[in-house]
Amino acid sequence: MNGKIVNQKAWFFVIPVLLLVSFNAIVPLMTVINYSVQETFGDNVFFWSGLTWFQEILRSERFHAALTRQAIFTGAILAIEVPLGVAIALAMPRKGIWVSVCLVLMALPLLIPWNVVGAMWNIFALPNIGLLGKGLNALGFDYNYTRQVGDAWFTLILMDVWHWTSLVVLLAYAGLVSIPDAYYQAARIDGASRWAVFRHIQLPKMRRVLTIAILLRFMDSFNIYTEPVVLTGGGPGNATTLLSIDLVKIALGQFDLGPAAAMSLIYFLIILALSWIFYAVMTRNEEQ
Amino acid sequence: MAKITLENLGHSYLPAPAAPADWALKEMTLEWQDGGAYALLGPSGCGKTTLLNIISGLLRPSRGRVLFDGRDVTALPPEERHIAQIFQFPVVYDTMTVFDNLAFPLRNRGLPEPEVRARVHEIAEMTDLSALLATRARGLTADGKQKISLGRGLVREDVNAILFDEPLTVIDPHLKFQLRSKLKELHHRVPKTMIYVTHDQTEALTFADTVVVMNMGEVVQTGTPEELFARPRHTFVGHFIGSPGMNVIPCTPENGRVLIGGEPFETANPPPSGGRPEGRFELGIRPEFLRIVPDGIPARLENVADAGRFRIADVTCLGHRLKLLAPEGQEIPADELKLAFDPAHSWLYRNGWLFEEGESP
Repeated sequence: MNGKIVNQKAWFFVIPVLLLVSFNAIVPLMTVINYSVQETFGDNVFFWSGLTWFQEILRSERFHAALTRQAIFTGAILAIEVPLGVAIALAMPRKGIWVSVCLVLMALPLLIPWNVVGAMWNIFALPNIGLLGKGLNALGFDYNYTRQVGDAWFTLILMDVWHWTSLVVLLAYAGLVSIPDAYYQAARIDGASRWAVFRHIQLPKMRRVLTIAILLRFMDSFNIYTEPVVLTGGGPGNATTLLSIDLVKIALGQFDLGPAAAMSLIYFLIILALSWIFYAVMTRNEEQ
Repeated sequence: MAKITLENLGHSYLPAPAAPADWALKEMTLEWQDGGAYALLGPSGCGKTTLLNIISGLLRPSRGRVLFDGRDVTALPPEERHIAQIFQFPVVYDTMTVFDNLAFPLRNRGLPEPEVRARVHEIAEMTDLSALLATRARGLTADGKQKISLGRGLVREDVNAILFDEPLTVIDPHLKFQLRSKLKELHHRVPKTMIYVTHDQTEALTFADTVVVMNMGEVVQTGTPEELFARPRHTFVGHFIGSPGMNVIPCTPENGRVLIGGEPFETANPPPSGGRPEGRFELGIRPEFLRIVPDGIPARLENVADAGRFRIADVTCLGHRLKLLAPEGQEIPADELKLAFDPAHSWLYRNGWLFEEGESP
C-alpha cells in the first residue's frame, strides 16, 4: 500500500460533508431525475414515461438550435477572452505603484453583480439614450440590439468580454509574475526573440493557470443566464436564447417539467463531459 | 575571446546618487585577461552580482565604460556581447528536451541544423549529458539542470567569457565538489575567460587562478589565492579569507615598531622610524603564524576547538581575544601560555588598509 497508513476513522471527518452535499446537490438532482422519467397532468399525479422526454429533447430542433447558439457564444468568448487576457497580462507592469492600480481596475468588473452587469449594458447600449447605442448611431452605424440579431450578439459578446476578461488577466498575470528574472536574463543571453521568450518561457509557465482560466470560463459561459436574460431576454426572437434561457422558458414558462428535467440532465452531462475531456487533455499534455 | 576592461566603472540603482553609500559599485578600474579563471569573492550584497550583470550587459553602468579587447561595448545588449551567464537557480526551458535546450542559443542565431547537431553533441559529451539528450529538461535534478545552463553557455563558439553567478547554491553538497571539478576541467578544455561569483572562499580559491575580493561595492584586493592569504591588502580580506580569519589588534606605531599594551612588536611593513603617522592603526596576524613557545608574551587559554587536522585555540593576550592554530601533535598548555608573533607575517594596517610608507592617509 505504498507504505501509507490506512485509518478508517477518517470517514468520520468526511461524513458531515457527504451529508451536506447530499442535501444541496444529490437530493435536488434526484428530484430532477425523478421528473425526467415521468409524465404529469397536474394534481401531483405522475405516470412513468421512461426515456420519452430524453428522446424528445435530443431530437428537438429547438434544443439543437439553443445548443448551437450556446456553442457559438462559448466558442466566441473563449476565442476573444483568452488571447486578450494574456495580451493584457503581458502588457501590465511588473513593478511599481501602477501594479496595484492596474490590478484594482482589472478586478472591478468582477465585483459587479451579474444582474447589474446586464442592466448596465442594457441601458448603455440602448440606441436612443445609451452612451454606446447612441454613440454608434451618431457615428453612422445602424445599431439596435433589441431589433437586429447581429447587434444583439455583438452586444452580448462585448458585455461578456468586458465582464470576464479580467479573470483571465488576473490568472495569467499571477503566472507571469511567478517567473524569476533569471529566466528573462538567460533568454536575452541566449539571444531569444520576443516570440521565443513568450513561446518557451512565459506560455509554459502560464500553462497551469490558463488551464484553470479556460475551464472556469468554459463552465461559466456555458451556464450563463442572468446577464443575457437581463440584456436581451433571449431576443430578438430567439436569436440569443442560450441553453439556460431556453431551459427556464420550458420549465417555468410552459411548465413542461418532464422535458425540462430531461433537458437539464442532458445539459449537465454535456458540461461535465466537455470539462472532463478538456481537463484530461490539458493535464495529459503536461505529463508528457 | 577577449580581454575585458572595466574603466572608471561605477553603478548606482538610485537616479541621483550623492553619498558614497548610494553607490552599489564604487568607482573601479579592472582588467580581466583573456582565458583567465577568475573568482569574484565577497559577502552578500557587496556588489558582485551587479558587477557581473554589467559585464554581461544585463545592466548598464551609471558611469564608466566596459571594453572588450579595447572595443567599447557599454551600450551593447547581452546578445551582442557574446557572453554566457549561468545563474544561481538553474534556468532550463521546461517544454524542450535537453537537446533543444542546448541547441536553443545556436538556433536563435540562425546556425544551420547540421552544425547545431554537431556542436550540441560535442558539448553534451563534455558536460556528461549525452545520455540525456532526448529527455525532457524539466525532469532533471538541480545539478543536471545546472549542467544544461552551463552547456548552453559553452555551446556557442563565439563566446567571449562565461560568467557564473553563484552556480552551486542549489546543488547538493556531495555534488558540489564534483561539479566544481567539472568546471575546472572544462576551463582547461575550453580556455575561455571565466568569472565565477561566490561568497564561498573554498569555491573561489579552488576554482580561480585570480581572486577579486569585493566588499561594500569596492574591490579590496586582486591576487592569487596565495597572495590573498599571505599579504591581505585590507583587514577585510584577512577576516574573509582563511578559517578562522586574521587576528586584528589595535596598536600604536612608534619609531619603526608598533606597541600593543606597551609591548613592542615588529611588522613586515614597519611604520616610519621618525614621527607619528596619523590614522587608526591595527596589527594583523593570521592564526597560523601565532605560535606557542616556551618563552614569549604571556597569554591565557580560554577555549580549544578541535578541527581535525589542527586545533583552534582561543586565547586572551594583552587584553585582546586572539585565535591561533596548533598543528596536530603540538601540546597546548592549560591556562597560562606564552606566544610568539611571526614578524614576517605580521602586517600593519592604517584605517583598514595595508600600511605603505609614503602614502597619504
